[in-house]
Amino acid sequence: MDEVAIDVERVARRYGRRWALADVSFQVPRASVVMVAGRNGAGKSTLFRVLATAIRPDRGTARVGGFDVVRDRQDVRRMTAILSHANYLYDTLSARENLNVVADHLRISRGGVMGVLEQVGLAVRADDVVATFSAGMRKRLSFGRILLQEPKVVLLDEPYGALDPPGFDLVDEVIRELKRRGTTIMMATHQLERSRTYSDMEIVLEEGRVVRQSAAEEVPC
Amino acid sequence: MLAAALRKELLLQWRSRGQMMAVFVFGATALLLFSFAIGPNAEMLRTFSSGFLWLGLLLSSTLTLAESFHGEMENRALEGLLLLPSDPRALYYGKAIANWLQLTLLGCALVPVMVILYDAGTLQLLKLLAIIMLGAAGLSAPGTLYAAMTSQVKAKQMLLPLLLFPLIVPALLASVKATSLVILGDPMDQSKAWITLLAAFDLIYWSLCGLLFGRVVED
Amino acid sequence: MNRTSNAPYAVLALGVALLLFGSFHGLAVAPAETYMGEVQRIMYVHVPTAWNWMLAVLWAFACAVAFLFTSNMKWDSRMEAGLEVGVLLAFLLCCQGSIWAKPTWGVWWDWDPRLTSVAVLLAASLGIMALRSFVDDPMRRAVWSAVATIIASVDLPIVYYSVKWWNSLHQEQSTPQTVDSVYHLPLRVNAFGVLFVMIGFIWLRTRVAALKLRQETAIPHTYEEAGELA
Repeated sequence: MDEVAIDVERVARRYGRRWALADVSFQVPRASVVMVAGRNGAGKSTLFRVLATAIRPDRGTARVGGFDVVRDRQDVRRMTAILSHANYLYDTLSARENLNVVADHLRISRGGVMGVLEQVGLAVRADDVVATFSAGMRKRLSFGRILLQEPKVVLLDEPYGALDPPGFDLVDEVIRELKRRGTTIMMATHQLERSRTYSDMEIVLEEGRVVRQSAAEEVPC
Repeated sequence: MLAAALRKELLLQWRSRGQMMAVFVFGATALLLFSFAIGPNAEMLRTFSSGFLWLGLLLSSTLTLAESFHGEMENRALEGLLLLPSDPRALYYGKAIANWLQLTLLGCALVPVMVILYDAGTLQLLKLLAIIMLGAAGLSAPGTLYAAMTSQVKAKQMLLPLLLFPLIVPALLASVKATSLVILGDPMDQSKAWITLLAAFDLIYWSLCGLLFGRVVED
Repeated sequence: MNRTSNAPYAVLALGVALLLFGSFHGLAVAPAETYMGEVQRIMYVHVPTAWNWMLAVLWAFACAVAFLFTSNMKWDSRMEAGLEVGVLLAFLLCCQGSIWAKPTWGVWWDWDPRLTSVAVLLAASLGIMALRSFVDDPMRRAVWSAVATIIASVDLPIVYYSVKWWNSLHQEQSTPQTVDSVYHLPLRVNAFGVLFVMIGFIWLRTRVAALKLRQETAIPHTYEEAGELA
């Protein structure tokens, strides 16, 4: 991957008559941590879904790791992982089984699953069915999915949501670990104070547009 | 990739095996209702037994097919798999094969009900099994595709039968005819032609729907 | 295609004129058929309707394939038009078929392979129209109905042959098939008449679909300022 991990140019995406993203452009350097702030409905989730190739942009281009999100979708998917509002879990399967499914589809060994469950603090509940999990536990399991994928680019859509204080620490831990591995991280969050402690860059979205873009230190507290 | 998808499908089905029982009861009840609609005419019941069997299976299939995507959509698990990335065709065939197995099982379970209610038995069990398997395959291929579609919209319960039923008319015709010949006798050996038609239908739809599935589940 | 042109109305008018001429000829001038009598005259609308229905189905299928390959919404509008006009023609066919069937076979319906295939595809088309009405996102609606149209169109020949075999166990019912040369003129004229009426309807309906689509989507402000249109 070259120096720019994520390159977004005039991306727009509509839902019916409303433009969720109107005209978004920015660049994210490799191995940096970018904070994306903005009110509810500003377009953060839509942006992440475009970058994860879950949806296509109606206008503009976006490149992740040098690959175009429309033309080279599979390549983008191989290096990207997203923590979405939907947790991508099967309620009738256990935590371990959910991760086994991911491992099988990634064609990697199931051996790493237990280690990941320990990392996210779910080892005790490994064989419990996800339907019995709280929102916070599901979020932890979703983190587990991401860790299994070993992505180069990670998109976290409100990672702190629904978590308890130990959960907050877990998120910080995971992000630092990913950062150590050289992963590029984009994170949408309302926990501005907390995330500024490790972010390199901050982007603020409003009504589908970038209204402010700066290095995290420059942002007034 | 297909193996991974199939493994997951079978595990999911095993988890919801309680529901299979409910669907079987639904199908058996339907067969019972058909006999009331005809009346206690043993000869007529026997003549139409294969039609009832396949109608019962068809109606039950709308339940199982719709259910097969419920787990995929409630937490967007299917999208999660597609983004790993996964080949949509593998996901389709995994689901379609699992649905096919489920429908075959259901069909076989309804046969004894048919035998008892309509006095419609046969000794050609292997042939009957082959017809049930081919007919179930004919329901499963387009059914899985349309279930994927309709599980994402509001009026899902109404739309699936509306889209599926006209489509599977040839498969229904051939399955009923072939089953009927097996039960009532086949002096001119016509069942081969119907089985061939069924196999051709299956081949066409298993290829076509696999090709189109990606467009249906991706943006 | 110039949106405000009156060409489709001209085509419609031509079609109606041809139909009037052909029908007059078929009803008043051409001789009655020896076997079936006056009832046979319905053939002068039934056969042209049938031919054009098949064209409408082919058109919808072609548009569906074109859309899946190009992702251009104009093919979706054309397909929507073809689908609806096809439904109209199929419904007419079933009515005409029943009117013909009652005096000749004694029943309103019989499992004539052609008529049955029309009925099945009519049901399938109504299903696709229902699907369209339940999907809000225009792109997704277009993709899904294109997929469903392709699947239904591929099914048509299979339905026809399976019903034919199914039916062949009973007597093959006589249907207007081989036509003597004396009947050619009204038949051909009406065939073109229905064709032009159909083309006119599809053309106009495509316009309506395209306009509705335009109303459903919006363009972003900055793109608007830059002078780029949707």
